[in-house]
Amino acid sequence: MTDLQKLTIGKALNLGLRRAMEEDPKVLIMGEDVGKLGGVFRITDGLQKDFGEQRVLDTPLAESGIIGTAVGLAVRGFRPVCEIQFEGFIFPGFDQISSQLAKLHYRTQGKIKMPVVIRVPFGGGIGAVEHHSESPESLFAHIPGLKVVSISNAVDAYWGIQEAIKSDDPILFFEPKRLYHSGALRAEIDVAGTPQRMFSSQVVREGTTATVVAYGPSVKVALDAAAAAEDEGKSLEVIDLRTLSPLDLGPVFESVRKTGRLIALSEAPSESSLTSEIAARVQQECFYSLEAPVLRVTGFDTPYPPAKLEEHYLPDLDRVLHAIDRSLAW
Amino acid sequence: MPSEQWTHPEPGDGPAAVAAQPSPEQVIAGLRATSEGGAELTQLLTPEGERVPSPQFDKYVDDIDAEALRGLYRDMVLVRRADREANAMQRQGQLGIWVPLLGQEAAQIGSGRALRANDMAFPSYREHGVAFARGVDMKDLLGIFRCTDHSGWDYQRHGFHPYTIVIGNQVLNAAGYAMGQKFEGKVGDDDGEATICYFGDGATSQGDVHEGFVWAAVYDAPLVFFCQNNQWAISEPTERQSRLPLYQRARGYGFPGIRVDGNDVLACLAVSRWALDECRHGNGPVLIEAFTYRMDAHTTTDDPTRYRLSDELEEWKLKDPIERVRAFLARGGGADQAFFDSVQEEADAFAADLREYTFNMPEPPPDRIFSNVYAEGNPVLESQREEFLSYLDGFASAGEH
Ligand SMILES: Cc1ncc(C[n+]2csc(CCOP(=O)(O)OP(=O)(O)O)c2C)c(N)n1
Repeated sequence: MTDLQKLTIGKALNLGLRRAMEEDPKVLIMGEDVGKLGGVFRITDGLQKDFGEQRVLDTPLAESGIIGTAVGLAVRGFRPVCEIQFEGFIFPGFDQISSQLAKLHYRTQGKIKMPVVIRVPFGGGIGAVEHHSESPESLFAHIPGLKVVSISNAVDAYWGIQEAIKSDDPILFFEPKRLYHSGALRAEIDVAGTPQRMFSSQVVREGTTATVVAYGPSVKVALDAAAAAEDEGKSLEVIDLRTLSPLDLGPVFESVRKTGRLIALSEAPSESSLTSEIAARVQQECFYSLEAPVLRVTGFDTPYPPAKLEEHYLPDLDRVLHAIDRSLAW
Repeated sequence: MPSEQWTHPEPGDGPAAVAAQPSPEQVIAGLRATSEGGAELTQLLTPEGERVPSPQFDKYVDDIDAEALRGLYRDMVLVRRADREANAMQRQGQLGIWVPLLGQEAAQIGSGRALRANDMAFPSYREHGVAFARGVDMKDLLGIFRCTDHSGWDYQRHGFHPYTIVIGNQVLNAAGYAMGQKFEGKVGDDDGEATICYFGDGATSQGDVHEGFVWAAVYDAPLVFFCQNNQWAISEPTERQSRLPLYQRARGYGFPGIRVDGNDVLACLAVSRWALDECRHGNGPVLIEAFTYRMDAHTTTDDPTRYRLSDELEEWKLKDPIERVRAFLARGGGADQAFFDSVQEEADAFAADLREYTFNMPEPPPDRIFSNVYAEGNPVLESQREEFLSYLDGFASAGEH
């Protein structure tokens, strides 16, 4: 049976959650405003109506509470999917994530599994006030015991959320909020199809001049830059990391051996970040293939600025092209 | 309508008390106490504008003669007018977002006007009325919502801390500040200092707020916790945060809690003065639950039609905080039509001024991104800044050719 539907990232997540809930009665959704309102981004729209208040929980307003109780529910055999309203509000739950969620499996030598997913809308570009535009993913990638993934398109949204829910490990699932409802990113998905695995990095555009590796909202920036570079006669290879911890750098190494140049792209500040890790590992593995140092295009090492300045803060395609020029000038 | 309060059985009450567990309906009735706020609601002015005598609290508003009441009325009208203007400006794309205070004017003006110059207020993000009462120029609030700035007033001069968006964070910060007042010996008599901290009903679920209660209690901090229970935390009703009327929680932490009619500016003023007075004399902390209602959306990005009933809103419109003062003033001869007209005129001019300011607000320069990240500078950032500026220069010179 096939059921082809053209979906935005937001709608793909909604249907992915729905399918996961239909398949497994132990799957719960919990978070602030996820019920009647359908979440502030409407990702859980209609789920409480169909699955009831015990499977879609409008929780009290407390992130430590959401994550801490999800840990307990998981011990009891449930598979909670927590929604954090905006990435900037995950920090009251940071203790539960790093101290309990990430470590219980290790502490009990596998006796306790933690099949918990934390969905985190992240990144800037929506013109919001403080705490609504950040990119804290590196902080979580630094915690052993957690898996961290990020999606950039509707296909991965649909299958990725289901794969995350099926995983017995705790997963931080970062969603590019500014792309949720982007019509341009609508993709045709066979929602009745057989599940696909997506937690590995993937070449999303082939090229020969240089490689750009990105994740989440930055993948679109990289692809836009690649399209613009083509007009200048440059051919960029673009890789969507998808999995941020553990990093799947195999395809990146392969690509760098081909192109000799790498730009690591992310909205997060650069110091001690995922792009730092990528740069370190690539120079270690591909030293003799590199024609230029690995360059990074990132947010600055400042708090996220007032939104009137975010066009300057967020790496755009010009910053990527500028980095390509610098790499080629080497 | 039943407005009976339900309280937890006392520990010694035995099995009978346990058997008397309330039904869910009773619990909700206890929390919301239907539309009335419950038997224990402190009120000095009814929705119809009748003065209710209060043996306990009248003395705290002895000085509020007709002139002072006209002042409170004016405050509320100006603040509401500014709020409506900002809401409209958001609709017109001049502000990125707005957080309406519609319906909460009395809670904010009443408590805000109870403060003295040396007191400190820690707001959440909806406290535009308190800001006004603290003498903050409302223009200075707008940068946050136009997204040109993260804050924008002189905190020390106004005794008004920056807005806090992360729910509950400011409660612990306020507790620390109040501990500082205590440690410096600024409490103990009529001239003592106090701190007030604002948060919503939703915030009471956060660990930070509970920890704030504990800290303030064990250090006897001169801190008034001012919870504006506007019934909703975005789409979630108060019942989703508590089984107990919020003011009753204070007891568990060892300090008094009181529920005041948050739409009654006189009662909010009286109760806040009382609570601040307790703090000044070293008897703090105190929790005030101002029972009120958010008459607009949570923010301009919210859609309340998805979760709340419109008759609820209609019911609360009858309890409008401004209308009752107006009725009281008009009935008692405290103000005539000319006064009300002149306040309206002043409010319109106030709003026009805000509008003009907003439309002409300068954009921050790009390298503002780098300013003041550290107090002591940072060489990494300095080089990022230089690189960024020369990158921008590249575009400028490319444009010249
Ligand atoms: C830690 C945290 N979690 C979530 C949010 C998102 N959020 C902003 S306001 C709000 C509801 C707050 O309700 P309440 O505390 O009752 O205050 P009100 O806005 O009604 O005045 C939520 C969930 C946030 N700002 N901070």
